[in-house]
Amino acid sequence: MAEPQTSSHRLELHIPEPAARPGGTASFDHISFAIGAAARKPAPLAPEAELRELPFGLIRVMGTENSAWDPQLPPETMRQALRIMLQTRLFEDRMFRAHRQGKTSFFMKSTGEEAIGIAPAMLLGAGDMCFPTYRMQGWLIARGYPLEMMINQIYSNAKDPLAGRQLPILYSARDYGFYSLSGNVGSRFGHAVGWAMASAYKGDDKIALGFIGEGSTAEGDFHEALTFAGVYRAPAILAINNNQWAISTFAGIATADGTTFASKAIAYGIPGLRVDGNDFLAVWAATQWAAERARANLGATLIEFLTYRASGHSTSDDPTKYRPADEAAHWPLGDPIERLKAHLIQLGEWSEERHAQAGAELTEQLRSAQRAAEEVGTLGQSKPSVAEMFNCVFKEPDWRVIEQRRELGV
Amino acid sequence: MATMNMIQAINSALDVKLTDDPDTLIFGEDVGYFGGVFRVTDGLAKKHGLKRCFDTPISEGGIIATAIGMGAYGLRPIPEIQFADYILPAFDQLVSEAARLRYRSGGDFWAPITVRSPYGGGIFGGQTHSQSPEAIFAHITGLKTVIPSTPYDAKGLLIAAIEDDDPVIFLEPKRLYNGPFDGRPGQALKTWEGHPAADVPEGHYTVPLGKAAVVRDGQEATVLAYGTMVHVALAGIAESGVDAELIDLRSIVPLDIETITASVAKTGRCVILHEASRFGGFGGELAALLQERCFWALKSPIERVAGWDTPYPHAFEWDYFPGPGRLAKALARVMENA
Ligand SMILES: Cc1ncc(C[n+]2csc(CCOP(=O)(O)OP(=O)(O)O)c2C)c(N)n1
Repeated sequence: MAEPQTSSHRLELHIPEPAARPGGTASFDHISFAIGAAARKPAPLAPEAELRELPFGLIRVMGTENSAWDPQLPPETMRQALRIMLQTRLFEDRMFRAHRQGKTSFFMKSTGEEAIGIAPAMLLGAGDMCFPTYRMQGWLIARGYPLEMMINQIYSNAKDPLAGRQLPILYSARDYGFYSLSGNVGSRFGHAVGWAMASAYKGDDKIALGFIGEGSTAEGDFHEALTFAGVYRAPAILAINNNQWAISTFAGIATADGTTFASKAIAYGIPGLRVDGNDFLAVWAATQWAAERARANLGATLIEFLTYRASGHSTSDDPTKYRPADEAAHWPLGDPIERLKAHLIQLGEWSEERHAQAGAELTEQLRSAQRAAEEVGTLGQSKPSVAEMFNCVFKEPDWRVIEQRRELGV
Repeated sequence: MATMNMIQAINSALDVKLTDDPDTLIFGEDVGYFGGVFRVTDGLAKKHGLKRCFDTPISEGGIIATAIGMGAYGLRPIPEIQFADYILPAFDQLVSEAARLRYRSGGDFWAPITVRSPYGGGIFGGQTHSQSPEAIFAHITGLKTVIPSTPYDAKGLLIAAIEDDDPVIFLEPKRLYNGPFDGRPGQALKTWEGHPAADVPEGHYTVPLGKAAVVRDGQEATVLAYGTMVHVALAGIAESGVDAELIDLRSIVPLDIETITASVAKTGRCVILHEASRFGGFGGELAALLQERCFWALKSPIERVAGWDTPYPHAFEWDYFPGPGRLAKALARVMENA
């Protein structure tokens, strides 16, 4: 018979810490990058109960011999993807500099994470809707949203499509399948589910793609959305952009260690995929799999895209204050642009010269878009009519906004 | 025409909309098969099918987020929050999303949702089944807040709310569901039977948002009220003997500022009555608007009669509840220098 326990056990509060802080040696040894169960590509229509190992593996295509997930994209599609990723990176670098030059108040980059917004933008239908995070500017670029309009929005100038009412990069572009962004993280995840349920209610064929950062999966919005998605089999792809950092907070603060974000799907009764998010082809394949499943009326899939936020959180952030300065170089999944470029070169479908030439062409497009936007004006030099401040509060203005507009004299 | 209590009138409004607009749908906790804890959606799932009226997880944030997403798609969802006290888990969705979507997206997206929720006390519901949160919503730019006081208005206002393209919080005075309660708890329960506003057309009609009703004409003072308090006000005015004009705001946003100011300009005296606690309540806004617009017509300070600044107390319900007696005293005070 066991002895009654004595009070020799003292409880200890566990506060997780990242592998390294500034000055330390960067390491990602705590994360499993093994392909494991994801070596197999189940049929998209497979029962959820047969898919429960998937979220602990890692879907990879590039650099993997005969990957079952290879989407077999034609080289022209891959070249186009490479150009869009490159354009996104150049755009963001340029706008980041514009912020440093005082041309806008705020900016955010998706450096190293470009594949995640761009592959779905290229493969989903025109009627589908993306519910983005602020690291999805690549979607707009992939969909051909005019660069000049993006810059007008970033500058809040007289031609800002959002009429000066919204912080830079919190775009809205309904006609491009891009839902309105907000500064609150996570709060649109459930809208993706509601939107998808509406499509199903109407008997349409459109699906929704919701994005959330790994840090924001701790919000109730995430769990509420997954509950609804599971219960009503919403035709949605619900994607976690796990870039390892939420401002200065590492992913180990958003979930217990030893598990994966993708595996949260299991409890909600939907499939979970864990994907090399810096592998354009893997992102494509996983999204396509989930889209096929959703369109077949089998409901939602949760996808975790493993990536690394190579830049600071925003223009207001200095990541060297909280992580090793060279941590990005240790990231085992590399860089999505470099990887797709190398893949294409290896296939004999691309070259360093063509890459340099593409970079020059894209830079020229950006320059002219920026020039056009700056002819309208940068932040403070130009702004929409102040009367716009009072529009769109309600569909029809009520007496308060009418009187207050008069009071301000606009 | 049929005689309807407020539950039946709201049910009829929902039935009319489910029938005439395939893009409307109802969802919330227990609203489907069972028909809601107050029976407001009774029979709708059976008549219109589960896809039009269904149960949800106990997830107020999820309910409203789902409704907003559906609204952005082009539907007109009519979610129910079981008690207004439980709307707070959805507060972020209402404030940061529903109310701001049109503005921040430059009119790209909007959320034409109508959130129905029973509110108010007088049913021994304690702290968590009695609150009146209307002022919180009135403060949120981009939301409309509607509160009916009769079956006729409830149906017409609800149809107008559903057809409105902006998000509407529709607060149902649960103490009025079964009868025009006048704030005297000892009395035998009065039903809507025989009340003129219980004559409710069976078909479609609207009562416009932002149009107050002058419930009682008067010359000496103006009483502003909404929801349950309209009936309490009638009793309080009768008790006071003051010839007071009673205005039922019907919606606090949009607010019918013209009707209110015209009345106070005429009477020169005003008492504001609401069940929510006084400090920071909607009465404060009304008083401020009136002193800005009618100051030189005022013959006495504006009075507020409201719930005390305590949580809603169970055993002390009738000590908390601003009944007719307290209104009568306030009317006497504003008449002192007559
Ligand atoms: C509801 C809410 N809480 C806090 C913030 C402040 N905030 C902005 S971004 C951010 C980190 C988000 O991290 P994650 O979800 O991992 O996305 P990432 O920035 O890494 O893409 C925080 C805390 C916010 N915008 N909204």
